[in-house]
Amino acid sequence: MLGRLPIAKMLAATVAMTAAISAVMLPIGWDGQQASTAAVKIDDLLSVTIVVSAFFFSLVVVMLFYALWKFKAKPGDESDGEPIHGNTRLEVAWTLIPTVIVLFGAGYSWSVLRDIEQPAENPLTVDVFSQQFAWSFGYPGKDNVWSEGELHVPLGRQVHFKMHAQDVIHSFWVPEWRIKKDNVPGITTTAIVTPNRAGVYQLICTELCGFGHATMRAKVVAEPPAEFREWVGGLKEKVPQPLAESIVRDTEANPVPLGAGGA
Amino acid sequence: MAAAIKRPGWIRGALGAVLAAAFGVGLVVALRAASGLPAFQTEQTGYPQVVVPLITGPFGFLAGFGCFDYWLRWAAGMPTIPEDHSQHGAKSWRDYFRFNTDHKVIGIQYIVTTLFFFFIAGLLAMLIRAELSQPGTQFVDAATFNGLFSTHAAIMIFVVVVPIFAGIANYVLPLMIGAPDMAFPRLNALSFWMLPIAGLLFIGSFLAPGGAFGTGWTGYAPLSTGAPLGQSFFNLGVQFAGASSIATALNFLVTIVTMRAPGMNFWRMPLLVWANLSTSMLVIAATPFIAGVQFMVLFDRTLGTNFFQAAGGGDVISYQHIFWFYSHPAVYIMMLPGFGIISEVISTHARKPIFGYRLMALALLGIVVLSYSVWAHHMFVAGMFSWLRVPMMITTLLIAVPTGIKIFSWLGTLFFGKIHTYSTSMLFALAFIVTFTVGGISGVMLGMVPLDIHVSDTYFVVAHIHFVLFGGSVFTIFAGIYHWFPKMTGRMYDEKLGRVHFWGTLVGTWGTFIPMHWIGMNGMPRRVADYAAQFGDWNLLISVFAFVLGAVQLVFLYNMIVSWRFGPRAEANPWRAKTIEWQVSSPPPIFNFDQIPRVVGGPYEFGVPGARHAIMADDGAEVPEPRPTVMGSR
Repeated sequence: MLGRLPIAKMLAATVAMTAAISAVMLPIGWDGQQASTAAVKIDDLLSVTIVVSAFFFSLVVVMLFYALWKFKAKPGDESDGEPIHGNTRLEVAWTLIPTVIVLFGAGYSWSVLRDIEQPAENPLTVDVFSQQFAWSFGYPGKDNVWSEGELHVPLGRQVHFKMHAQDVIHSFWVPEWRIKKDNVPGITTTAIVTPNRAGVYQLICTELCGFGHATMRAKVVAEPPAEFREWVGGLKEKVPQPLAESIVRDTEANPVPLGAGGA
Repeated sequence: MAAAIKRPGWIRGALGAVLAAAFGVGLVVALRAASGLPAFQTEQTGYPQVVVPLITGPFGFLAGFGCFDYWLRWAAGMPTIPEDHSQHGAKSWRDYFRFNTDHKVIGIQYIVTTLFFFFIAGLLAMLIRAELSQPGTQFVDAATFNGLFSTHAAIMIFVVVVPIFAGIANYVLPLMIGAPDMAFPRLNALSFWMLPIAGLLFIGSFLAPGGAFGTGWTGYAPLSTGAPLGQSFFNLGVQFAGASSIATALNFLVTIVTMRAPGMNFWRMPLLVWANLSTSMLVIAATPFIAGVQFMVLFDRTLGTNFFQAAGGGDVISYQHIFWFYSHPAVYIMMLPGFGIISEVISTHARKPIFGYRLMALALLGIVVLSYSVWAHHMFVAGMFSWLRVPMMITTLLIAVPTGIKIFSWLGTLFFGKIHTYSTSMLFALAFIVTFTVGGISGVMLGMVPLDIHVSDTYFVVAHIHFVLFGGSVFTIFAGIYHWFPKMTGRMYDEKLGRVHFWGTLVGTWGTFIPMHWIGMNGMPRRVADYAAQFGDWNLLISVFAFVLGAVQLVFLYNMIVSWRFGPRAEANPWRAKTIEWQVSSPPPIFNFDQIPRVVGGPYEFGVPGARHAIMADDGAEVPEPRPTVMGSR
């Protein structure tokens, strides 16, 4: 049965289509600017995924259109197709090959996850406070100074964000960093980021939190360490009492380090 | 009048609803008075004087309408009214508005009701896209916007996609397995009549003080536990839709296991039957979880419990675990029956046996098993215990394997076939393969934790769910409706209009949902009434395609209504299919079969000389010996 199909040609068409799709899609910076060490790794994973996905998509399209072109019934033809009920080898192949590929995808994802969440020496800890519909930030290493609506971080140093939601769930997302983490009432959640590109970004709330959800944004400034020290030094206010209490009250969601797989 | 009040029907139903609702209000007022509280409570989440009648009222309606008559009489030892089958079949449109235990009537009741809600929720989608066509506020404020997309999603999921499959299967499944009806016809009717109640509760929430529930269909606590009254409408609507779904699943399981015609062993069941068997296994064990979790939210809101209030010792994240333990299997509940439909349509119109029938059936079961172990992939950034992410990622990606088996087997079915594309159902089935592949691919991407961290809760997710639920489920629904329209109505639909509907839907779907992938990856979060100006042009484009997609559904509506009334008469078997439902007249006789058919072979024996699926009683004396199915021979 398979011998009667132009397998080589179909595969060639699939590969050509994969190459064409990849050539168009890979140069596009889908995720936008890269501004953290994680961004490059996540985008590389995305690129690999795009190529593999393009292959499967092309395979489906090529098979479908070949079948439609070759096996379309002539007008008035009322006969049946060939009584082929299956092909064990083919069925085993399209069970096993995708299994291997998705397991490879899982392994690759796992290794990226472990990399981007690997705690570094001497991180900067920043407390993130979220409430309907505003963000504020505390710097426990710097006398607990407090900044409302504006987050500054130094370049090249790992930052551990400790998140504390005051009312409902919010989610902390800076697209250029590729990092997102929910802020959950009652628990402390952690996100790890190493910003590596100076710039002004936006912190976006991505968990529906009420009528002000769409406008719950904050300004994020990633800057060289000297400028960062100057900015933090200029902060006068301390973290207000209720927010400071939430730090103590919240239980740590991940008692073990974030390393993927509980490593 | 007195007779009308005694007889089950709309008058007694309305009376029952009013009396039971009044009883509910009275109960609340009396209990509050006895506790020394003011009669009415109008705090944001409470409103017991509204919540309790929302529970009692629907039961009053169901009782008055006649859903419980037989059982109550039997339980009370009263003489039951013997089933004289006078209620079977539908002679005029009015019969569809009665408590009817005929599976074919119930099937049509389901389909028409769910399509009604499909158009309502579609209208809500149009409003959403109108608001989002430009950055800033167009015509609704943010709170109203939250209500629009939440009700859109809740209606589409709970009263359109989940139950419409139950409706299609209700009609065709008993016919396919050679059964005279479902196993529990009264339960079947009760299941149906709970459904419009759910839909009306969702829509009715717009009338509640504080507006419709605006917490998404996911209703995450504690946003939902503190939300205005509309949220309680959602909590209760889910109960009615869920109970309806569970009862139907039970009914399908018993029907499929016990009522197959002689000779129809499991390996001779059409794949639609396999698909509904699998779906029912999911519904029956998963749906109680969402029912439970919505009760917990309702209790937090009205009874002061603390399931999900961190301040009171509750655990916020446990809501998501319980919710997704249902809601991830729910996406397969909304997909597996569609897989069954596609198998029927493709095999019939390619004139070929399904490629790898047994593996196709096993793939369904594989999805059932795996789908119970993937729920936390919705929670990769939720702050849950971090070690849970990797195992859930692996199981999630593994689901691509049985799904891929299905895609490749459908393609394999086309090869060496005689493919006919004259029917709209086949067009939708073929388009489904490609569109669903895209949805599957984005699903795999979402399953990979590092990618998910970036795109979770963005428009990428919106694109993905619409590719699988619209490009996937709804395409299969259209394929199914066009495929069985002649069987159900006894009329043919207009293929020209069907083609207009198909091409418009295909272009509209891709045009609307493809760009959403990009704007999501590029930084646009989901569920926002307003967004950054940089996404303005894309959103305008999306809205234009969405309006095309919406408008072209009116062609479908017109085609269905006019063809049902005026279409040319359908033959018994216009598609020359092999399964049993096509061997009876269109529409089928009131009791399906004069004599139960005998199944002698597999359901898709196209091109096999002399092979038959079933012997109908009126085929005459010539009845070949049953022989083993040729499925096993390769």
